[in-house]
Amino acid sequence: MTPRDLLPILAFAALAALVPILVTAGTTLNFAIFTLILCLAAQGWNILGGYGGQYSFGHAAFFGTGAYAAALLQLKLGISPYGAFATGIAAAATVGFVIGFLSFRSGLRGSYFALVTLAFAEVFRVLANAVEFTGGAAGLLIPIDVRPANFQFASRASFYLVALGLVVVALVMTRALERARLGAQLVAVRENEQAARALGVDVLRVKLSAITLSAGITGAAGALYAQYFLYIDSNIAYGSWISVEALLAPIIGGAGTLFGPIVGAVLLHSLAEFTKSLVGRIPGVDLVIFGVLLILVVRFPPRDLPGLIRRRLGR
Amino acid sequence: MRAFPAEIVLEAVANGLLTGAVYGLVALGLTLVYGVLHIINFAHGALLTLAMYAAFVAWHAFGLDPYVAIVPLVPIFFALGYALQRFVIGPASRGDDSNILLVTLGLSIAIENLMLAIFRSDTLSVQVPYAMEVVEAGPMLLSLPRLIGFGVAFLVAAVLFVILALTDTGRAIRAVAKERVGAALVGIDVSHVYAVTFGIGAACLAVAACLLLPSFYVSPRVGNAFVLVAFTIVVLGGMGSVPGALLGGLFIGVVESLSGLYLGDSLGQIGIFVIFILVLLFRPTGLFGARA
Repeated sequence: MTPRDLLPILAFAALAALVPILVTAGTTLNFAIFTLILCLAAQGWNILGGYGGQYSFGHAAFFGTGAYAAALLQLKLGISPYGAFATGIAAAATVGFVIGFLSFRSGLRGSYFALVTLAFAEVFRVLANAVEFTGGAAGLLIPIDVRPANFQFASRASFYLVALGLVVVALVMTRALERARLGAQLVAVRENEQAARALGVDVLRVKLSAITLSAGITGAAGALYAQYFLYIDSNIAYGSWISVEALLAPIIGGAGTLFGPIVGAVLLHSLAEFTKSLVGRIPGVDLVIFGVLLILVVRFPPRDLPGLIRRRLGR
Repeated sequence: MRAFPAEIVLEAVANGLLTGAVYGLVALGLTLVYGVLHIINFAHGALLTLAMYAAFVAWHAFGLDPYVAIVPLVPIFFALGYALQRFVIGPASRGDDSNILLVTLGLSIAIENLMLAIFRSDTLSVQVPYAMEVVEAGPMLLSLPRLIGFGVAFLVAAVLFVILALTDTGRAIRAVAKERVGAALVGIDVSHVYAVTFGIGAACLAVAACLLLPSFYVSPRVGNAFVLVAFTIVVLGGMGSVPGALLGGLFIGVVESLSGLYLGDSLGQIGIFVIFILVLLFRPTGLFGARA
């Protein structure tokens, strides 16, 4: 990786850092922070799904594990929120490794991998909903105690910058992966697994590294969610909504590209806000549009919006 | 684990079998589409939700009894399934499995949330006079709508079996399932057969929806509860096998009923997911062949 490789990320960071200076409205910043959390979750999915071609329908398993671990460690063990945050990432990465080990070792690919990840996420959701320790159906409430030492900030702008910092870290990691041997092997596995194996790529090891990294990043998004909203329950943390969000953004924005998840997440949620302003708050309308967009993007190649626009412009 | 009197366990098994037959019917459409098109239709649950709302509207707006609504809904859903495969899913696939996965996911998100936008998240149900009727069978009390569902599910499976075994369309479907290129060479219109198969799958859902309606609530997410169950049945019964889907359905119905009895309602759902994961992890080659 050369300094040149980091230039686009620096440019993005500088541009995005302007947002809290230009915008002061609480609701807009709230929206921006939420979108950044989704960007992070989607960036995690992109490593495994975009670069590795292993489509997970259950990234909620990692998001939720990050969220629950971060919340539970503060609440039950009194660990500092920063320590809990880091442990949340580690817990999600561990869950990713275990699910990956079980599924990839059994040779699950394509639709079957998607289904098994979905089932794992559902098992976690049912468990978190039923077990006393995780707060059951009532969920977990992190008490408000606004101190920077406590990972709670008085201003939304500070939290925005923290979220942005994490997204930038994920971007740098993705770029580093692109330039590393592992990244090249991962793309080789995506393009042709048999050929990659024949060339001496340790396919299982490559997939396991990818799912662990992917789960860790999405877990960070979950822990950040818990830390910002200070409330989670099983349907938020392990709900299928986040599995869908984490997958849609990179697919729409360009799977297996550095900025694909960010383009996708920003595009989708700007569109959702715009629709809301047009038709009012009808539940589900934004997701109907997401679904139709997904169908259209897959139906008419190349399979992402930026590519589609480029081709229409004849470039 | 608590011990229950034998009658209660017996009744749970019987109820599981009754619900399981309708699960089998839902899985039948899925397994047929898999067996012929070799695709996983992720929108199967959402199509079931759509069919349940259609049956609800037929009752609410036109006063049609859910069992009578089978008559108009079957051709409507056949046509819908045919059109979806012919104009949306088929053209989007371009020989790539992940495209089908994504396009059917898109369909399921769009359908489910369209229902949410129109009907909101309230649970709806039909009021029919026989909804609470029970039949005494020895020591057990069995719900009448579920008994009817059980019977009709087997009837539909028998009809489907006859269609596949004896008619020209059925022969064409089986030919395409076995050898797509060969079937095309002898003049079978493969994309037509694909669409017909998908249409039959959707028609099965229409029947299942009408059978479920008297004893189940309708909500935009109701299909989700069935879709993982259906996938479990399909992998359990052998991908593409019609009798396998029915047997798998009965088995899963009993598992669900018993795990609900012993683990309680909130944990009870976990039994099916765990079976699903275990089957996928430990019997993948035998069940999926080379397609996985």
